[in-house]
Amino acid sequence: MNEAIAIFQVEARENLELIEQGLLDLLDRPEDRDLVDAVFRGLHTLKGSGAMFGFDALAGFTHHCETAFDRVRKGEVAATTDLVSAVLAARDHMRQLLEDPSGDHGAAGDALLADLERAVREADGAAAPETPKAGATTWRVKFELPADAFRNGANPLALLNELRDLGEACVVVDTSRVPPLSRMEPTDLHLGWTVTLTTEHGRSAIEDVFIFVMDEMTLSIEAVDAEAAAPQEALQAAPQDAPVQAAAEPAQAPVSAAKPAAVAPAAPAAEPAEAGGAKAAKAAESVRVPADRLDELMDRVGELVIAQSRLSQIAAGGTDVALRAVSEEIERLSGELRDTMMVLRMVPVSTLFGRFRRLVHDLARETGKAIELSTDGESTEIDKTVIERLADPLVHLIRNAADHGLETAEDRAAAGKPATGRIRLSAHQSGGEVVITIRDDGRGIDRDRVRAKAESQGLIEPGAAISDHDLLQMIFHPGFSTAAAVTNLSGRGVGMDVVKRTIEGLRGSIDIASRPGEGSEVSLRIPLTLAIIDGLLVRVGHGRYVIPLDAVEECLELSLDEDLRSRGRSFISLRNSLVPFLRLREMFDTGTPPELHQKVVVVSTGAERIGLVVDQIIGDHQTVIKSMSKLHSGLPTFSGATILGDGGVALILDVGHLVAKGQQQEAQMREAV
Amino acid sequence: MSETAEATGWTGAEQMEVLTFELNGELFALEAVAVQEIMDLAPETVVPGAGAFAGAVINFRGKVIPLSDLRVAFAMERGEPTIDSRIVVIEIDLDGEPTLVGLRTDKVHEVTTLARADAEAPPSVGMRWRPEFIQCLVKRDGEFIVVPALQTLFNQQHDARQSTASATRH
Amino acid sequence: MTASILTVDDSPSIRMALKIALTGAGYSVAEAGDGAEGIAKAKASAFDLIITDLNMPVMDGLTMIEEMRRMPEQMGVPIVFLTTESDEGMKARAKAAGATGWLTKPFDPDQLVRIAKKVLGR
Repeated sequence: MNEAIAIFQVEARENLELIEQGLLDLLDRPEDRDLVDAVFRGLHTLKGSGAMFGFDALAGFTHHCETAFDRVRKGEVAATTDLVSAVLAARDHMRQLLEDPSGDHGAAGDALLADLERAVREADGAAAPETPKAGATTWRVKFELPADAFRNGANPLALLNELRDLGEACVVVDTSRVPPLSRMEPTDLHLGWTVTLTTEHGRSAIEDVFIFVMDEMTLSIEAVDAEAAAPQEALQAAPQDAPVQAAAEPAQAPVSAAKPAAVAPAAPAAEPAEAGGAKAAKAAESVRVPADRLDELMDRVGELVIAQSRLSQIAAGGTDVALRAVSEEIERLSGELRDTMMVLRMVPVSTLFGRFRRLVHDLARETGKAIELSTDGESTEIDKTVIERLADPLVHLIRNAADHGLETAEDRAAAGKPATGRIRLSAHQSGGEVVITIRDDGRGIDRDRVRAKAESQGLIEPGAAISDHDLLQMIFHPGFSTAAAVTNLSGRGVGMDVVKRTIEGLRGSIDIASRPGEGSEVSLRIPLTLAIIDGLLVRVGHGRYVIPLDAVEECLELSLDEDLRSRGRSFISLRNSLVPFLRLREMFDTGTPPELHQKVVVVSTGAERIGLVVDQIIGDHQTVIKSMSKLHSGLPTFSGATILGDGGVALILDVGHLVAKGQQQEAQMREAV
Repeated sequence: MSETAEATGWTGAEQMEVLTFELNGELFALEAVAVQEIMDLAPETVVPGAGAFAGAVINFRGKVIPLSDLRVAFAMERGEPTIDSRIVVIEIDLDGEPTLVGLRTDKVHEVTTLARADAEAPPSVGMRWRPEFIQCLVKRDGEFIVVPALQTLFNQQHDARQSTASATRH
Repeated sequence: MTASILTVDDSPSIRMALKIALTGAGYSVAEAGDGAEGIAKAKASAFDLIITDLNMPVMDGLTMIEEMRRMPEQMGVPIVFLTTESDEGMKARAKAAGATGWLTKPFDPDQLVRIAKKVLGR
């Protein structure tokens, strides 16, 4: 039963997600009855299955919400913004009750229900919903079951009874297919029926009746004009033993083939909201895999890649042609397997962006500003491990935009801007990276305030010249917050410096641009995948290190001359320009003497470059990145580790940090002059 | 009863199953349930800048885990590895996350049971080791077995790392 | 006359859950722990509806349904099987074996009773 409870929780969580999306959509389209039905259905299912699996608090609470929301469903009350917001808050509480069923949440729950009641009362006084109450429609339902239907336990009488439960029904049986007694199999079914049904329920309710027999039957459901449903042909003799009775209304004749009988589309459960429908269809196509199983698979593929590269080395070094051929084949196959794994781990950013709708809705309420969130490029895919780690930084950036970036309604009006502030989230792929931008059309970054803060923190000399770009970079310094008061929203100890560090921890970069009065844009660039790295394997002393290949510009020999010349200096002359360099042997304190033929690997992070002096360049190396434990993950020089073909470990150099160190050196040198 | 427990540093049931090992002639014990594997010495990769306590990493079943030397924490002399030297891989809680760590040992002795009745709290003065790194001392066959407070040890080293790391960052 | 329902499932807690919901709706409920027991019980007395899991020891649900459909007294008895949401293949196989309808897991008491009413007609 524990497994059943776990399954219930997973499905309940999904249900809660759908309810939330439905409610958010309802804010935009309060008169959409399909949305209302979908949300109601979700609440109803949650209540029932909650009760079934012993989640009494959840079931009880949801029951009250369902009752309140039922009034919206019946059309008695409009889905006002306050009401929807109250249900959203209640939904959050349901989530809590689901995750912590034994906790004491009674008081909080009661408060939320009180809010909900109030919202319903107020909505009652509000304008009646725009759509007219769904009126009754008359349908002509014609169906036939296959001859062997009884063998599957089908019960046509039960079907007719169900139809009668939906509204006023007039049933006429069609006995035209009944064979003469001598040829009749008593266990076969030869009857068909035509039911004229007047009901307030929609077509899907009628289709639901036939859900178990849908695949084998012929069924046609057509809306007809109540008055026009007059007999078109003379009635076929209704035999006395017809198991159904005609209603008081004039009996209807079976419809002739003038109207083509369309087989009703098989639609098991009504899926009014397109989003819900699309999602359900999508779920049928996919397979649920626990995330850690995917990770394990990734590890196996990684080890395969390592073993395969050893095989390639051995084969290349030998003379066995057959071995080399097979090894190449395996290299190709493992490459393809690796690529497939990459794709498996990719998820669209929509999963992330979806969460932010709720965030912006809440932010708008908290700040009292009108905020609209638009998104672009939701289908852009990114590695699933990256997605999770992006959530917090993005939340912070959106909060920033809402709190500090966007002005109040009055200020916006004064500036001639539309009253609703706009935050735009977009994502697109570019080369091996995903670029995510958060743009707002607010007041932009106040350069003077940044400058003042930077000077007060000793980051710039008063009066010193600094480029606009560099000035904006100051924002990423720890402890830097130009907000006069640290508000509840953005000042939670998660500063821009933490955002920057998190992004860089993903081997990505962050940049900010801004136009005063017009708005700001923060861009995040993140590599498509964290898992596998193409690197340059080098040796420094006894240790081996990997330098990410996409950061490597070139490799040079460090001639003895040049080595001597640059002692005591930290620049290397490279084709008429001076490049700062770091002797890794010294930096890592290897205690080994310098090699005769050292190499310089010039690496860059776009704008800046640095040369890294190593003892030996071993070669290209492609392998799975292994993260380091918390004991070592804080070291800025290394971004991770990788396991080499011989089982040994090589540390991966964090190019961003090393380049920054080089910049520091450069700055110090300049000051010393 | 619980007072005594806190006083001696012994937490948990009356008896504790432990793995005993030797470092620099001293006898240590750690909870057997935390032990993942006892392995022969493996190729070590030095991590520059990591400090002496966890100065290297090793490849353990495809994972890169830190190799740590308790002798550093206890300011003991660090001798050379011998033929009996082993690495004991344990799982500890670091910042709320279960983490695998390898411990250097000179010799692994046995899995045995220690009794609460034989436990004593470390003296707060007069001992050459920092008392907060020791959970308790257990007397057996006339000698004392040191049960290190691994949690405290590693968290402290981890915190020390954190502050130096962020200091050197900018 | 009260309709009688036979529940066949190797999980006592599921049988319990089914029993509570169905007796609450006024049906009388008997239980079996696997397909073979289900057949034995069905031979001993007539049921108006059989609700069965598919995955059971000794004799699984599909085999039981096929066996039952070979028994003349069981012809026409509605048989509902328990299944997970997305298992379209299993639904087809169960229908081919002779099942009448299905109930998706996890289910709530309302759904269960609704399905029972649907196939029973009362």
